[in-house]
Amino acid sequence: MSNFKPLNKKQIAWRAAQDIVDGSVINLGIGIPTFISDYVNPGIEVIYHTENGMLGMGPNPKREEEDFYLQNASKELVTIVKGGSYFDSAVSFTMMRGGHLDIVFLGSFQVSEEGDIANWSTGDRSMVPSVGGAMDLVVGCSDVRVLMQHCTKNNKPRLLKRCTYPLTAKKVVKKIYTDLAVIDVISSGLLVKEILEGLTFEKLQNLTEAKLMFDKNCKILKAPAT
Amino acid sequence: MINKCFDNIKEAIKDIKSGDSILIGGFGECGVPLELIDAIADSNIKELTIISNNAGIADRGIAKLLQAKMVKKIIGSYPRSLDSYVVDDLYKKELIELEVIPQGTFVERIRAAGAGLGGFYTLVGVGTMMAEGKEIKIIEGKEYIFEKPLRGNVALIKAYKADRWGNLVYKKTARNFNPVMATAADLVIAEVDEIVELGELDPEDIVTPGIFVDRIYQCKKVYDDLLQNVYVKKHQMKNK
Repeated sequence: MSNFKPLNKKQIAWRAAQDIVDGSVINLGIGIPTFISDYVNPGIEVIYHTENGMLGMGPNPKREEEDFYLQNASKELVTIVKGGSYFDSAVSFTMMRGGHLDIVFLGSFQVSEEGDIANWSTGDRSMVPSVGGAMDLVVGCSDVRVLMQHCTKNNKPRLLKRCTYPLTAKKVVKKIYTDLAVIDVISSGLLVKEILEGLTFEKLQNLTEAKLMFDKNCKILKAPAT
Repeated sequence: MINKCFDNIKEAIKDIKSGDSILIGGFGECGVPLELIDAIADSNIKELTIISNNAGIADRGIAKLLQAKMVKKIIGSYPRSLDSYVVDDLYKKELIELEVIPQGTFVERIRAAGAGLGGFYTLVGVGTMMAEGKEIKIIEGKEYIFEKPLRGNVALIKAYKADRWGNLVYKKTARNFNPVMATAADLVIAEVDEIVELGELDPEDIVTPGIFVDRIYQCKKVYDDLLQNVYVKKHQMKNK
């Protein structure tokens, strides 16, 4: 019987939020990353980019303040903060592809030990193919971080030697936050920086297809209850 | 005197022909010229190629053209959505041709067409299925793929305000693809909420200079309340 409790999605987001420094310009992808803004240290100033054309995206609108004309890339209603700006899609993707964003946080289906990412398609031919801004987001930014559950619902690893789903991009992921570990992608492979309390290195490796290295100062991964 | 304003929507769209490629602005439903699309849906043209980020939501916008069997091909980046049952169904039955392009490449191909450029090299899509069949070039040690310009016969634009010269300003995130698409078609028709007197738009604020715009139609705002209600309801359900 295993004696560890995986982080929930909000706790994964909490952990990723702890690494954001003051002044960062950030794009939060669909899925687990959308929770990150709830856990950013309120003492720092962070600017959120949304690829449909806004910098300075703010929190959820209050009742009666909802505005159809203020949406994010997930087509949800949002707000704009003081200092925010609107721009067209060519300018928006200039920011992304041109490396002007500091950090991009994304969900993913799979990541390889070389930092390849597959997060736009499972190859299911019955689904209308839709790539959106996924490929553009990961090639321009020098700090791409993935938040995902370590394994699929059927307990299959998502951290693989090679991605089996269609690739979004090669060798772009720098850091991975999962419900079991925090992992850096370095030139020689995947380096575990934090591991969940009660989980052994051996057990984590068994849940991972890619070969893991363990940092000699590997810390315990903890998050407050959310 | 220059006056690009059309009172009659049928007149405004009358030169769109069967077989045309039509650029349509908007992200999701924000910034989509829904009344111009409705006017096309009421016409007899067919065999259209629609170039737009999405492919219609519920039975609105591009979904209406698809339902009317007016479209042979869609070029875009994200045709699927929670409520895109029209395109989902056509795709499953293999009744529609789809070309899906990374969103930044999509808009840059349109920008290149509008700017008179023969294309560009990009890092986006390198090593993925998007690179298949494309020229690869090493520039300063990095691998790039070549992308061609993407142009339309017609562009349908949604803006907030216009004057009779065709100068446009937009509203919030409804800007998105509209200013770029306005540069890349032979016939550019803008649906606007309001037409103002020449000189009323501050030259410092004009986003699309009138040179890019051929026709202006002041819409009846038939979708304003509907869209506001649909999106607010969805938002409140999610954040209950």
